[in-house]
Amino acid sequence: MILLQVVVSGLLMGAVYALFSSGLTLIWGMMNVVNFAHGDFVMLAMYAAFFAFSLLHLGPVFFIPGAAALLFVLGVAVYLGLMRHVSRGPMLAQILGTFGLALVLRYAAFWAFTANFVSLPDNLVGGTFDIHGLRIEASRLLAGVLALVITIGMHLVLTRTALGSRLLAVAEDRDAAMLMGIRPDRMQALAWGIGAASTGVAGALIALFFYISPTVGESLSLIAFVVVCLGGFGSVPGALIAGLGIGVIEALSAYLIGAVYQDVVVYALFLGVLWIRPQGLMGTN
Amino acid sequence: MKHWPLAVIGFLFIAAWPLMVQDVFLQRVGALVLLAAISASAWNLLGGYAGQVSVGHAVYFGAGAYASLVVYTELGWPPIAGAPIGVLVSMGISALVGTPTFRLRGHYFSMATIAAAELFRILAANWPLLGAAVGLMGPPVPRGFWDLSFLSPVPYHYLFLGVLIVLLALIWQMQRSRMGFYLAAIRGGDRAARSLGVPVLRYKLYALLLSAGFTSLAGSLYAVMVGFIDPDSALGIVISVKLLIIAALGGAGTLFGPLIGAMILIPLEETTNAMFGGGGTGITFIIYGAIILLVARFQPGGVAAFWDKLTTRRVRHVP
Repeated sequence: MILLQVVVSGLLMGAVYALFSSGLTLIWGMMNVVNFAHGDFVMLAMYAAFFAFSLLHLGPVFFIPGAAALLFVLGVAVYLGLMRHVSRGPMLAQILGTFGLALVLRYAAFWAFTANFVSLPDNLVGGTFDIHGLRIEASRLLAGVLALVITIGMHLVLTRTALGSRLLAVAEDRDAAMLMGIRPDRMQALAWGIGAASTGVAGALIALFFYISPTVGESLSLIAFVVVCLGGFGSVPGALIAGLGIGVIEALSAYLIGAVYQDVVVYALFLGVLWIRPQGLMGTN
Repeated sequence: MKHWPLAVIGFLFIAAWPLMVQDVFLQRVGALVLLAAISASAWNLLGGYAGQVSVGHAVYFGAGAYASLVVYTELGWPPIAGAPIGVLVSMGISALVGTPTFRLRGHYFSMATIAAAELFRILAANWPLLGAAVGLMGPPVPRGFWDLSFLSPVPYHYLFLGVLIVLLALIWQMQRSRMGFYLAAIRGGDRAARSLGVPVLRYKLYALLLSAGFTSLAGSLYAVMVGFIDPDSALGIVISVKLLIIAALGGAGTLFGPLIGAMILIPLEETTNAMFGGGGTGITFIIYGAIILLVARFQPGGVAAFWDKLTTRRVRHVP
């Protein structure tokens, strides 16, 4: 029973991982660029949720879409101001660009919000469900289910709508898409916007039940890399499955070995998989 | 090398630095610049010349630093005796991590190196032999010359200068040898290099072994000078990032790039740390981040490329 409890909470957390990792995989698929600041975007969204509640007294119904909108704007701005130029340069410049951004965001948050942990009140989305002895906190349930729905929605938008086809066309072949009358620049800006908005929702959801600190983005970035590598670059369904899997593995190793080693298990697993399948579990070539 | 006269003047300046300034703070900054130049040059072997951007070199730096202080705390040896052990451990880790990750291209490789480094940091932070989260201390009072524990930064300055000159000479020699050309081909692209008959995996591994070994040596020298390390100061992601930034700012894949980068960034870091005290680390990394962001945006080749552009333009205007 305890094991089932652990697996369920792992799945709920994993859905949130899948959500922001989908944003990373979308950006990668569009531009062959890794956003090293991805976890720090999540951190910003967590603070946005915190301040929306503590200063403006806005509830989750408002601050979740609010954080998404805020991060959407940030993502588009980062694309227009930085990545559009950097992506034409050598790979080192691409890594430096987003890494520089990550450092600036992380330590600016450190400076502005101090290193102290903050958190939203427990009872914001209160209560605990008890299903035949299986106890689930409402906040985690909300986060997991909403993240799952939005990730699937993102996949549907990408595969079933004209907009999604335009995005995928640019990802497939930039020049050919341009000849078809699609503006790659707009599509890539949009991909950064959507990718960042996914961190906005995810961050606001995590803030419901997790502490907030300037450096929380560091490990979240790594988790997103692991999920994207395992799921295959550019694949939202891959990110969903890998995200859920990582959530469960993390929860199980925290329960069986100890919470300090949960990341060790995830990283070791990641390196082990790369050893066997360098292209990722579901990636091709 | 059209810049030889400049390089000679630069080295004479560096050699004379501790004699020119009497202030201990400035002397210490000089020694730290040289130490950073050693570690960034070591990173440059793999990240610059071979184009394999590692964001996990803190593992090797930390292995050297921890090896030095563990031989002291466990065996009572002088810390510097741990340096060769650190080099061996680093080479072992690099072979272990390098074999799988070298088949990965580009960003994949960078992400795998971060994950490997974080893995080792968490392990060290929970291992009592390595002082766990508290860290390790060196000899509080020097027991003899070989503890290399000096009050003045000047002896360290010349020790580091010697190591840096040996390393740069080695890299210069490598640059002109078969290995230099192989690495340049690998930097251009794995597949193209392989089709030219370059043994890609083997030479990537050679570059990594050399790079890891010297980074580890830098870690040992750091531990010997500072006499105290903890998981964050020796193995933190910040160390990896620092090496990368210093080399990239000066010019990755150039002989003097890392030294130039260190001469710009380390004084900056020490000054902000001194100005803002404990909170300085935050400000330092905002500045670091802003610098590499701007370098990536406007001058991806680093200062060295910028300098080349300036000098070539000047030549072109001569009628």
